[in-house]
Amino acid sequence: MISPHTTTPYSPHLQYHLSGRLLLAAEIPFPSELLTEHMQAGYVAAKVGVIRENGKYQCSRCSNRNQQLFYTFPCSLCQKNCTYCRSCIMMGRVSECTELYSWTGPELHFSIPPQVMAWDGTLSDGQKTASDRVIAAVEQNEEVLVWAVCGAGKTEVLFKGIDTAISNGKRVCICTPRTDVVLELAPRIRQAFPNMDVAALYGGSEDRHLAAPLTVSTTHQLYRFANAFDTIIIDEVDAFPYSMDISLQQAVQKAKKQTSSTIYLTATPSRQMQNAYRKGKLQAVTIPARYHRKLIPVPTMKWSGNWQKQFQKKKIPLQIQSWVHDRIERNIPILLFFPSIKVMKACLPLFQNIEPHLLAVHSEDPERKEKVTLLRNREVPGLLTTTILERGVTIPRLDVAVIGAEHQVFSESALVQIAGRVGRSADHPTGNITFFHYGKSEEMVKAVWHIENMNREASKRGLLDV
Amino acid sequence: MFDWSILKPRLCLLCDQEINQKISWMSLLMQEQETPVCADCFTKFDPLRGELCQICSRVLSAEFRRGSLCLDCHRWEQDPDWQGFLTENRSLFHYNDYMKETIAKFKYRGDYAIAEVFSPLIKDALLTLAFDSVAVIPLSRERLLERGFNQAEALAITAGQTCIYPLARIHTEKQSKKSRRDRINLPQVFQITDPELVAGKKILLIDDIYTTGSTLRHAAKALKLAGATEIRSLTLAR
Ligand SMILES: [Zn+2]
Ligand SMILES: [Zn+2]
Ligand SMILES: [Zn+2]
Ligand SMILES: [Zn+2]
Repeated sequence: MISPHTTTPYSPHLQYHLSGRLLLAAEIPFPSELLTEHMQAGYVAAKVGVIRENGKYQCSRCSNRNQQLFYTFPCSLCQKNCTYCRSCIMMGRVSECTELYSWTGPELHFSIPPQVMAWDGTLSDGQKTASDRVIAAVEQNEEVLVWAVCGAGKTEVLFKGIDTAISNGKRVCICTPRTDVVLELAPRIRQAFPNMDVAALYGGSEDRHLAAPLTVSTTHQLYRFANAFDTIIIDEVDAFPYSMDISLQQAVQKAKKQTSSTIYLTATPSRQMQNAYRKGKLQAVTIPARYHRKLIPVPTMKWSGNWQKQFQKKKIPLQIQSWVHDRIERNIPILLFFPSIKVMKACLPLFQNIEPHLLAVHSEDPERKEKVTLLRNREVPGLLTTTILERGVTIPRLDVAVIGAEHQVFSESALVQIAGRVGRSADHPTGNITFFHYGKSEEMVKAVWHIENMNREASKRGLLDV
Repeated sequence: MFDWSILKPRLCLLCDQEINQKISWMSLLMQEQETPVCADCFTKFDPLRGELCQICSRVLSAEFRRGSLCLDCHRWEQDPDWQGFLTENRSLFHYNDYMKETIAKFKYRGDYAIAEVFSPLIKDALLTLAFDSVAVIPLSRERLLERGFNQAEALAITAGQTCIYPLARIHTEKQSKKSRRDRINLPQVFQITDPELVAGKKILLIDDIYTTGSTLRHAAKALKLAGATEIRSLTLAR
């Protein structure tokens, strides 16, 4: 029998490439003989890509168990009927005849610069409390939820915790469901931690072979990791598709080490998470105030009749019409949220009758970014949008209206995020957010309550300037 | 254990969303057929409609036709080296961006299941084509090992056909790197592995895309010279 971790020499390049990973042969740019040698010496382990247990298939890479997302085909590679996973196929096909490789040899240690962090900004009082809690979680391998309102400055809250982790030789991953967020976050992280490698991973990114002490990744890319991270930070833990996709949650579990810390970061924790927090099952720290220490604008709810019927008759409900008119006249940029692409597209010409330069954006719109930039630069007066812009958009002086706010796509968290677009900048901390509806939904009421609650807590903790 | 997943609505093979609105139509068999794809995805495909070229199914335009043929087919049929080899090519859809994307997922990403999206339509088309045996355009060994399956064969198999394998590739270079002229002038692309499979038979070739038609015509020529009587082809898109 071959015992692992003998004194057989190993390739540090392969170690670097494969540590904490779970990769297909095609993703390992080394000769196959090298891989075989390392397997014989016990430095590399191979795992079957799709396994069958009690008649059910399971994917070893993405943990998918939804039987509808497996498919069996006559495979030319193994010359048999072979089952593959459709859930993670965008990362290369994993089937019953594919192997996934991981490093089982000596642990990889990164060289850590004497000074890890260059960031020397100031934290608000609310941020400081949260930052200390994150440091403690990192040190004690705990799980903690950072519940920070939109505009609290949640990224800065992570810096000292990351510094602590890296300085102690830990490997850190910040993951988020959206590529946009990775692209926006990675440069900020690199600036704060300039003396070391920071890998930014998303579909098609150039860093995909880079092993780094600090990784910023989409949740999807976590499929390619196993047993890798000592600290994992999940940003926007509630955002689509993470919250809807059990296999992504399992990917997080798989990507971190058994002893590790997990930090969840969000403005709008899911109901399960809020409940776990209230029952004391999940530790949490809140930042109820924005960085600029002003109240978060509370949504106004306004009845607008049967908006659907009105739109069908090619009319805009009067209440909505006058709200839009008013902003256009006063030259205030606006975002109008619609419950679906279909409704939005049908309404665009009606709103263009009020102001011909209004544009519409949706999830499949290739010019999404350009249009948001146009609004930010005040080159268009406003945008019609679906929930796609509920997060991440910061435009000074913005007013926001939700049309058909009672529709099921507008969950409490979506509405809180949408309301969170208003009053972001310190120069213009106020603004109007209106929920137009044809009968209030429970989610609307909860969203208003959520924001009022945060404002109350902020005031109680002295986090606001009056 | 009882598999509860069979009670759940089927997921669309292209967008993974539940299929709420089933797309079905009366096929020539007078049977309802359902496609395993949702209405939103299905409507992004663009069926070939209107007056089509009698040979290659191209939509005929006034300036690009000679009688009932498109100009391309007219040229092929004028050429004594090529006339009469391909009796007919039936294509189902325009090769629009969405079809391009779907075929890329299917053959390059290797998502074999996507073949099933088209199988009801292929089955239907097969009913109106005269043939004794189905053959597919073979892949080079290299490509086959890369993808794990031949996409044309996947289309045939999921439509319930058993294939014969009379063709083998002689050249393996990437076809797309050559100009149309080069492709037409290639001496031979295919060789016949077993003439007995095709002698005296009407052969239907299945492939994913009809681009210039030169691949299919090369195959048709080889088959016909080996004794096949008529060659037709069925392609997903053109
Ligand atoms: Zn998978
Ligand atoms: Zn196989
Ligand atoms: Zn679909
Ligand atoms: Zn033609």
